Amino acid sequence: MIDNLARQTLLDPAGLGESELSRLLGTTFGREGVDGGDCYFQFACQEGWSLEDGIVKSASFNIERGAGIRVVRGEQTGFAYSDDLAMPALLEAAGTACSIARAGQSGSVAVQGRTPARELYVPDNPIDSLGEQEKIDLLKEVDAEARAADPRVTQVMCSLAGSREVVMVLNARGELTTDVRPLVRLNVQVIVEQGGRRESGSSGGGGRFGYRHFREHGQAAAHAREAVRQALVNLEAVDAPAGSMKVVLGPGWPGVLLHEAIGHGLEGDFNRKGTSAFAGRIGERVAAEGITIVDDGTLAERRGSLNVDDEGNPTEETVLIEDGILRGYMQDELNARLSGTQTTGNGRRESYAHLPMPRMTNTYMLGGNADPEEIIGSVEDGLYAVNFGGGQVDITSGKFVFSASEAYLIENGKVTRPVKGATLIGNGPDVLTRVSMVGNDMQLDPGVGTCGKEGQGVPVGVGQPTLRIDGMTVGGTRAA
Amino acid sequence: MSQRPAVETPEAAAQALSHSPESLRARVQQALEEAKKRGASDAQVVVSHSVGLDLGVRKGEIETLEHERDQNLSLIAHFGQSKGAASTTDFSEQALLDTVEAACRIARYTEPDPYAGMPSIAFKAVDWEDLDLDHPWELSIAQATELAQRTEQAGFDAESRIENSEGASVNTRRAMAFLGDTQGFMGGYRSTRHSLSCALVARGDDGMQRDYAYSVSRRAADLGIPEDIGREAAERTVRRLGGEKLSTRSCPVLFAPEMARTLIGSFTRAISGPAQFRESSFLLNALDERIFPEWMRIEERPLTPRGLGSAPFDGEGVQTRNRPLVDRGVLRSYTLDSYAARRLGRETTGNAGGARNVTVRPGTLDAPGMLREMGTGLLVTELIGQGVNPVTGDYSRGAAGFWVENGEIVHPVEEITIAGNLRDMFRAIVATGSDVDYRGNIRTGSILIESMTVAGE
Repeated sequence: MIDNLARQTLLDPAGLGESELSRLLGTTFGREGVDGGDCYFQFACQEGWSLEDGIVKSASFNIERGAGIRVVRGEQTGFAYSDDLAMPALLEAAGTACSIARAGQSGSVAVQGRTPARELYVPDNPIDSLGEQEKIDLLKEVDAEARAADPRVTQVMCSLAGSREVVMVLNARGELTTDVRPLVRLNVQVIVEQGGRRESGSSGGGGRFGYRHFREHGQAAAHAREAVRQALVNLEAVDAPAGSMKVVLGPGWPGVLLHEAIGHGLEGDFNRKGTSAFAGRIGERVAAEGITIVDDGTLAERRGSLNVDDEGNPTEETVLIEDGILRGYMQDELNARLSGTQTTGNGRRESYAHLPMPRMTNTYMLGGNADPEEIIGSVEDGLYAVNFGGGQVDITSGKFVFSASEAYLIENGKVTRPVKGATLIGNGPDVLTRVSMVGNDMQLDPGVGTCGKEGQGVPVGVGQPTLRIDGMTVGGTRAA
Repeated sequence: MSQRPAVETPEAAAQALSHSPESLRARVQQALEEAKKRGASDAQVVVSHSVGLDLGVRKGEIETLEHERDQNLSLIAHFGQSKGAASTTDFSEQALLDTVEAACRIARYTEPDPYAGMPSIAFKAVDWEDLDLDHPWELSIAQATELAQRTEQAGFDAESRIENSEGASVNTRRAMAFLGDTQGFMGGYRSTRHSLSCALVARGDDGMQRDYAYSVSRRAADLGIPEDIGREAAERTVRRLGGEKLSTRSCPVLFAPEMARTLIGSFTRAISGPAQFRESSFLLNALDERIFPEWMRIEERPLTPRGLGSAPFDGEGVQTRNRPLVDRGVLRSYTLDSYAARRLGRETTGNAGGARNVTVRPGTLDAPGMLREMGTGLLVTELIGQGVNPVTGDYSRGAAGFWVENGEIVHPVEEITIAGNLRDMFRAIVATGSDVDYRGNIRTGSILIESMTVAGE
């Protein structure tokens, strides 16, 4: 009934069997007034290889094993964790987590296995998907490709990271769910120099698969060339404009706009507490007609996807905005219960040592009808931004930023000179009402996003088609 | 409406560490010996352990009660010029052996790096002073609850427009770490860190604003008074209501101390070893160059008693020292660990793990004095987004704050960006304030910059 790998990595070494789990459940959740919670077991191994100066000079391997026990009562959460999985340590953590609950007789709760409905990724360990020498060779090929791409390349840094997490969630109802999650990532950063001016460029990708993916699709070399291309574009960049103007965003990773402008504001915790600028606005227009945005954790092999969330519930495709109207929030169990609704499978946590909360998975806007060329051609004077670094949002005021790392001026409907990176700032609840054209080229990002919330990082995805926004503040240095 | 939560554990929050110094030292020794046994020419091991309590109250009730207990063993094994690293949170005998084995296995594949190795024994700390970092706080859950409740309540009481709260929280953490290497260095110490914070939400005619206040220190007695923190959070939140955009312009910009810290943070990153040897710094090869105005001095003070960034030795066991980084506006030192030092043909500066207690010498003007010094311009109290290019120094970040005329605050400002280039901005610093914010690893008063581009409507 319990997944073999979970049994081998989490239960057997600590001498835990079903009777111990049942006793742990009874002690933890059998008390009066407990509304929910879970015992979250996790075994994660992670490796990283990095190349610099043409040689793979360092690598690391890390193991994390532990369990977090969470007891929920009303709006209150008690939490403790242990990196020792033996029964006495678990019972001690359970006792501590229960300190918010009333004392009482502990009952017994039967363990029932739940089988995830789907397999969005192969549970093999990515760390074993290539031999050590092959990993080194892959990084060396990336280095060679980048250096061969242009003589102005002076530094190449690249890294390969892989991990596998075995997760077992045992909730207060006795339901036991397991998930085995692979994740890999390749990153390249280059420095180019010309006439004393230095610029950088970077590219990367990944997802829930093995390292061979980078080989099979020639992706590794493509990332090397892309990093060099971006750096060379930036060598020619002139000062960015400052002020409010029309902005065309490219497809794919610029979808970080959606993540910041509306994604965080639609997380269930902020809306239950009334601290989000979107609180109480379900059914209202928050985007132009034709705009539909979803959060979808069910896409095969994507970085932000999960078979089940960290509360053991299946992830879903949740419609956030439909044809411009706000339709729903992303929920975990606690916030769904307190808001009188159902979880949407968005309860996520960084590790066993962190509490779950509503988090995004893959958040993207569906494609429209416009030809991307036609969108650019429609702008007389504006900014065309195709690559971004990170972003940030103040969910209460709704103000958000995201920073362009590759952008161009649009003059008379034509993309002209590249401009230096600049931060774009806007107001989440109204920025999407200014979208006037939606491209037919919806694209998901290459698999590089990590979202931070209350100090916890989780892998996420974003995506969007080419978009025209009529009026965003661009934070360049050149005042018009 | 509802009653106080019933708290069933009256005992003091666990500030007792569950490992003894002897047991951590023994683990360090064992890992070093196992690495030697597997043929490592040198090895370094760090074993750390911490316990903590995090209690959050929202609208007067406990919202979260988290007990933290962490442990980690990490190892770097050198085989001549090759090396491997591994770490584990599992302290079992088998996990320790697996971790050493993993580091050694990796080292068989990594390629020789002519600069690899450990710092020369001559640089290692031999005898270090007690920096007074360990002040356990025997705080019961009931006491922690009361502190957080008082903090939040003071916020609600201070301003009628505070209508919601993200809560107040009390955090206390005690840690112990030991570092040892095969050259015979072995050192460790305990440290504590306590904080009290509060984040509130106010509603105005045109929407909501959120802001916060906090206090953090090594010693509970040095924390701010709960009522003061709550009141400050309320005032900071309410004064943001009614924010307007500015028209796009160039004007003087005054960074409040907690924001000025981020400018100095960009400076310390730019003079760090990796930024220099990777040629990824806007201050590349800037040693002995004037990068700030002549009157400016910036020091690193790792040996400050009870300092939040203090450490008697660095992440390689190298003696740390109080020293100037910038004197008379001129860059006097990079911040290097032994690897970066070898790469750059210099000596380690005891900065494995970063720069500690970076301190900008305070000016003579207090906060109102700095506003008068600016006259008319933008006071920045919040920055959002990354927006700093470490290679070129190009700077463009989202900002919020206040428009100031004739030294007086006129109205709150939001949804704008400020932009410039850090090299130019550093040279254009007009004054630094005496209003130093000591709540972090970087200590500076407010910083006034002559002119930046503000983008808005």
